Order: sequence, then C-alpha cells, then structure tokens
Amino acid sequence: MPIVNDLTIKIGGEAGQGVESSGAGFAKALARAGIWIYGLQDYMSRIRGGHNFYQIRASDQEVWTFRDAVHMLLPFTPEAVERHWREVVPGGAVLHDTSIKFDPAPLRERGLKLFGLPLLKIAEEQGGSRIMMNTAALGAVAGITEFDFAYIDDIITTNFKRKGGPIVEGNLKVARYAYDVAREQFAADYEWKLVARPGPQRMLLNGNQAIALGAIAAGCRFISGYPMTPATSILEYMNSKAHLFGIVCKQTEDEISGILTAIGAAHAGVRAMSATSGGGFSLWAEALGFAGMTETPLVLVDSQRGGPSTGLPTRTEQSDLAFVLHASHGEFPRIVLAPGTIEECFHAAARAFNLAEKYQTPVIIMQDLTQSNSIRSIDKDRLDFEAVRIDRGALLTGEELDRIEDYRRHLVTESGISPRAVPGHPNAVYVTTGDEHTEYGFITEESDERRAQMQKRMRKQELAVQDMRLPLRYGPEDADVTFVGWGSTYGALREAVDVLNLDGPRANLLQFTEIWPLDWEQVRAQLDAARSLWLVEQNYTGQLGNLLRAYTGKAMDKRILKYDGRPISADEIVASVRGEVREEVTVHA
Amino acid sequence: MLDVKLFNSPEKSTWCPGCGDFGILNAVKQALAMLEIYPHECIIVSGIGCGSKLPHYIRANGFNILHGRALPVAQGLKLANHDLNVIVTTGDGDGYGIGMGHLVHSMRRNLDIVHIVEDNQTYGLTKGQYSPTSDKGYITTTSPDGAIEQAVNPMTLAIAAGATFIARGFASEPKHLAKLIAEGIQHKGYALIDVLQPCVTYNKVNTNAWYKSHVYHLDEDPGYDPTNRFMAFERAHEWAEKIPVGVLYRDETRPTYEAQVPELAAGPLVKQPLDGHGPEVWEKIKQEFV
Repeated sequence: MPIVNDLTIKIGGEAGQGVESSGAGFAKALARAGIWIYGLQDYMSRIRGGHNFYQIRASDQEVWTFRDAVHMLLPFTPEAVERHWREVVPGGAVLHDTSIKFDPAPLRERGLKLFGLPLLKIAEEQGGSRIMMNTAALGAVAGITEFDFAYIDDIITTNFKRKGGPIVEGNLKVARYAYDVAREQFAADYEWKLVARPGPQRMLLNGNQAIALGAIAAGCRFISGYPMTPATSILEYMNSKAHLFGIVCKQTEDEISGILTAIGAAHAGVRAMSATSGGGFSLWAEALGFAGMTETPLVLVDSQRGGPSTGLPTRTEQSDLAFVLHASHGEFPRIVLAPGTIEECFHAAARAFNLAEKYQTPVIIMQDLTQSNSIRSIDKDRLDFEAVRIDRGALLTGEELDRIEDYRRHLVTESGISPRAVPGHPNAVYVTTGDEHTEYGFITEESDERRAQMQKRMRKQELAVQDMRLPLRYGPEDADVTFVGWGSTYGALREAVDVLNLDGPRANLLQFTEIWPLDWEQVRAQLDAARSLWLVEQNYTGQLGNLLRAYTGKAMDKRILKYDGRPISADEIVASVRGEVREEVTVHA
Repeated sequence: MLDVKLFNSPEKSTWCPGCGDFGILNAVKQALAMLEIYPHECIIVSGIGCGSKLPHYIRANGFNILHGRALPVAQGLKLANHDLNVIVTTGDGDGYGIGMGHLVHSMRRNLDIVHIVEDNQTYGLTKGQYSPTSDKGYITTTSPDGAIEQAVNPMTLAIAAGATFIARGFASEPKHLAKLIAEGIQHKGYALIDVLQPCVTYNKVNTNAWYKSHVYHLDEDPGYDPTNRFMAFERAHEWAEKIPVGVLYRDETRPTYEAQVPELAAGPLVKQPLDGHGPEVWEKIKQEFV
C-alpha cells in the first residue's frame, strides 16, 4: 500500500547551488496542489560553498513543524550524502546525480533505495544548461512520487517567467524528461506518493513576511534599520511594498540610527518600527529606554539567533528573552510579545502598533531565526487584513487640539496615559526629553516631579496587564506532562503533545504568546493546575522558566533545553519525555 | 519679521553667566523670527550637554535626545513630516565625538535639516575634559599632559563628507550668526553651522578674546567663492593664525534626500491616511504567496 502525502524531502548542497530556491519552488508546487507544507531552511554564514539544506514536510493534515525522519534525500554534493543519509528511514530513497561519489554500502545496509540518474547530463542535453540540474532533480522527485506533472509545469512557468520564454521552455523540457525517466525507472520501487488535493488556495509564507504583513495592515508607514540576519527580510519585504503602500523605508548607518530614526518618525506621528537580531538589540538598548522615558510609541522586532556576540549568525536560539525584558538602564514600561505561528506573527505585529500607541511605550516582538525563515502553508483567510483595527489610543485629533489649552505632554493621569499631540499644532507646542521631566516636558530634578512621572509611567505597565494574553493551552485539560514554552517552539511542542497522546504519557502544552507584563496570579493558577511542568526552551539557562520562578514562585519539574543553534524537533521532545538520551538536547531535573 | 518674544520660554537657563550658548540661543530666535517660522512650525532636536538644553529655553517644539543621537531622530522626524523645520543643536562632543558616525552619514544623505554645533572645544557639563575639537596640547583633567590627538576639523570633514551647506559663526556675533542660521534654514539640504563659542568656566585657552583676535569674515573677501569646493577646502584648513566665519561652502544643485523618496511626493507622511486599502489590495498581496 502506498503512503500518500506523508513524507519529508531533504535537499542538501552548497550555498550557491540553488538548494533554497529548489526547495521553495517544490514546496510551492505542493502547496498549490492542496498539500499542507512546512519548509525548514538551514544555511551557513557565507555566500558560496559550505553546506545548506532545505527540508520540506508534506502532509494531508495541517502541519506546524518538521519531523526528523526523511523519506527522500536529494544530495547535490557528497557531503550532503554523508551528513544526512542516517536521517533517511529504511525504504526511503537517496535520489542523486550519478556523478556524486559516495560509499553505497552502509546506505544499502540501512535499507535505503539509491536512485542514481544522470541529472546534470539531462540538464545539459534537454535544457542546454547545467544550472537546470535542480529542475531535473525536482522533476525526478515528482516522477518517483507520481505527483501530477501539471503542478511542476505550473511552478516552472511561474518561477522562470521573468527570465523569458526560452528559459521556461528549457526548464520544462528538463523537468518533463527527468520526470518520465525517474517515474519509469523508480516509481514502482518507492512507497511514498504525492497526490494533489485540489481545493481552496493556501498561502505559503514565513514568519518575517507575516510580521511585515501585520505591520502593513496596521498602517505602519515607516521602517528604519540595519541589515542583520535573520531580521533583514522584514526590512526587505517592507521595501518591496514601499510604493504600493507608501511606506518610507530607510536603511541606516547602524542599528543605533535604525531605532532612533524610527523614534523620530514615531514622535512625528507616523506608525514606525525597526527590526534586528540580538547584536543589534544590544546597540538599541540606550534608545529603548529613551523611547520609554519620552513615551514614544514604537514597535521593535528581535529575531533571535545564537548568541552571545556574533554567535551563530545563521542559527536559531531563544536566548534574548531575559535581555529584552531588562534591556536599557533604569525602569520603564515595555510590552513583550512572542508569536509562535505564522498567524500569530501577523496578529502580533498588527496588535503591537495598537498597544504601542495605547500605552505610548515600546512594544517588542520576539522572533527567532527558525520562525523568520521557515515557511508554512495556511488557509488564506487566516490572515484577515480587513479585520485589523487601527486604534491610535490617546492621540489628539486636529479638532481636539483646536480646543486644547495649556497642553502638557506628560500630564499625570489616573491611567498614566497622557493625551499625545503630534508636533505641528499651535496649541500644543512642547518639548520632551530623556531627562526626567515635568508634565510640560521640561527637565526637572525635583523629588515630587520625579515620583509623579515615575509612578505615572509605571501605571501604564500595570494597566497594560489587562490587555495581555495569558498562555494558551493545547491538548487535553488533564495531563501527566505539561509543556511550557514560548515562541517558535510551538509547532514542535504541539506535535509532541499529539504524538505522546497516542500512547502516553498524556501531555498538554502551555504556550506563552505574550510574556510581559502578565497577570502573575493567573499564570500561577495555570501552572498550579499542572501535574508535572516540563519547560522547553532553546537556550542554556531556561529563561522563561527563571522568569516564571521569579514571578510565580513555581519551579519547573523538568527542563528540556537545546542551544546548538538547530531548531528543536517534536521527536527530540518526545524522546526526552520518554527518557531516551539525545545528545543535542539537555534534560535537567 | 515675527516678534522675538514669541519664542521666549518660561524655563530659566542653567548656563553660566557669559556662556556662548546665550548668543546662540538669541541667534536661533532671531533667525526664526526673521523667517517668520512660528514655534509650532519647527522642532529643535538636541543631544546632551550644556548647549543641548537649548530646546528648553526657546518656545518651540523640542526633542532633547540622548548624547550623540540627535541627528538620526531629526532625520526620522523630517522623513515623517517634511513640513516641519528641523533644527538640530548639539555640542562638539555630541556632534563630532560620540555622534560622529551619524554626522558623516547625515552630510552625505542631505536631508533638509540645519545642524548647529555649539563648539566650545570642551566638555563643559561633565566639568572640563578635552573634546574632539580641543587643540593638541590642551590640558584638562583627562589630558593632564596635554591632548595628544589632532583636533577634528569639522570644516574639512564636512566638505569631504558631501555636506551641501557649510558655515561657521561666532557666538559673540549673534546678528551675523542669526543670518547664517537663517541661510542654513533656507538652504535645501543638510546645513552645518559650526559655532565658535567660549566656555567661560573651563576653556581658558580659546577665550572670547582669543576667538575675537582670530576670526575674519569670508564675505568681506570679494575674491571668495563659496560654491568653489576647492577654494573652500583651502580656507577650511585655516585655524591657528586666523579663522574664517561666514558661509564657507554651498551647493544648491544636489537634491535633498526626501525629494527623492517617491512615497513623500504626495505630501508629508504623517498627513497620509494609515488605512483605506480595499479588499482587492489585500487579495493581491495574498496572491503573491499562493
């Protein structure tokens, strides 16, 4: 019996060989065929060479993460064979160009099928170019899995349209030839099949694109920043839509200028943001406090990568949480969101602008490399642009300003929120400063003024608790194991819960999608309800766990921690719960 | 001409009696009054230091930023609302020390802002350390044997970095300075106005008398052509014997940054609506991911 629409394909090779573009292209063909997709990208900090891979999981059910088991490996280099053949399940295949040299014995011993094809030769003879070898490889995968060629034809036509008719024709010829040869030679000997499920259109996108879309939907009209992996694609996507949506995008001379230019735009009354990774956030620290002190609404994204210092520039981690919660000297209100899915990235970004303007303070979205780059297919209506409401908080309108007398930018109010005027109205000429200030914004060092302003600012944080979302539960109410996680590990944890609930122990998940400020009494009640708390984080010290301990007094029973820069998988989590040792993962009592 | 009193702030200054900042403050007020720019039509952006308290002492919109970081904020403000007259006031430590990176990029970027550097060759607010423009040999608590480094020359630097308006004024000549500031405001692009000013408390070398004996007026030299970059570069080196004040260089041919941003052609960003995109636009975006 064939196994339909339940497989993982892994493409491995050097940077510059088209690993990512091939993977993304094939994923799109599958998504268009109505198959659910999760695509994981792994790359090194270099332009050429090294070793990269792209892993596509295809399924008949919606998927939130990758799995460890690979069913088809496409190595573009001998290194890719060596690095990944052990991940291929017995009965799975290695589809390779016949020129790639490796020792087949251990692979055969494991029960792998070795499908060698002259892919380069096919590319040269049918298409006239060696570059088309990737097309040959993907045509062959489609042939072996008996996937409807019409979808391959469609994606080649879409992807190469810009390059002109002859390129499209060449690639189509190569794909078709490889498809036919591979299907003829190997399809009968391969169990896994891909079957189109025509239905409603789905989007295939990554977390950074979703954040950018959420920001656009929320009326963000300004982004300034300095390129830094893995946050850069937010700046790039906003640039690509600058003309359509009238967004001013400014690449600045450094991250310090990146955040401050956004602060300038925000002060002028435009919805503004900046995005960076941990190193850039370190440079932001002083300006972050300035935004808090001057009550400037600002949306910031920290797409985390392995730290400290330059760390692992192209690898993932969740190790900035403690830093972001405390970054900058002194005390001021801040809001920290931690979306864990594509949909949450979109909604968190849209929501961040409302929270920033309501509380007139910085809002930080915690992102990480895995979620920045991984693609997932979602139903189109999951991103509901028209449902995004723009709430500008206590921003004074022109009519309100016409009537105002004695304007005080930092007026002490019960809520702590002061009516905000954008500079430019004759009735609201004001100064403000990063120094402690009076209600009017003038520098002061007086004890009573200081206390009044400090309390006013911090009241906003107390008030913001009412808007913050408590952790979500996934899985049954009653469970032996309750995972505690935040951000991009959601997919792996969700799948681990599903796997464990098939044959035990019973598991559920408490997922923190928003982290600061929270109603700690309620969080404590949620933690109290759990039988055994298992913290899962991608860092060394268990930063969320430490935060929960500090604010709720609850300690985690177990901590599953991973800090090698690779995303944690559902399989690793399940194995850890079941007591199997995985060297990539640390399990503490 | 507006009444200068319109710009009077209720705040009392913390500057020392005789400080050059008073002359600079008066010149800024004069320039705004001369150009009939109302307090709500401009914003004064400053850094940290004695001179950077200036926005508190003038009735106008003001934004008093971190040390060294006034320029990026000023540029964000200008990009978001190019109807505002954006005037930056920083000290020499702010502009030529900690904020040097932003300075050079602001010059080549050429947004329409005026940058007044209150240059007293001293860190005053921290009580008298040497600054980037302190002369070699200048003795302070952090340079007890005399400053070893060569001083920053903001004039040659600005020419090299591509500033389109470069001038130098003298705090003790507020009328002349007001005229320079007004010219800087009217100039379309980044305008640097380096202002020589005494620090009466800490700088006992570059005193008011010292400056007075050194400055001469460029506009009194009929042979001087401020549009000639090479001539400007030569004069920009003058310091030890005599110091030129006035407009050193101007280039009216380079467009401003903001004039080249298509998104700003429809008017200031802050005046454009945030929403109003119909479902067909969102559907088009979604189709890019299908």
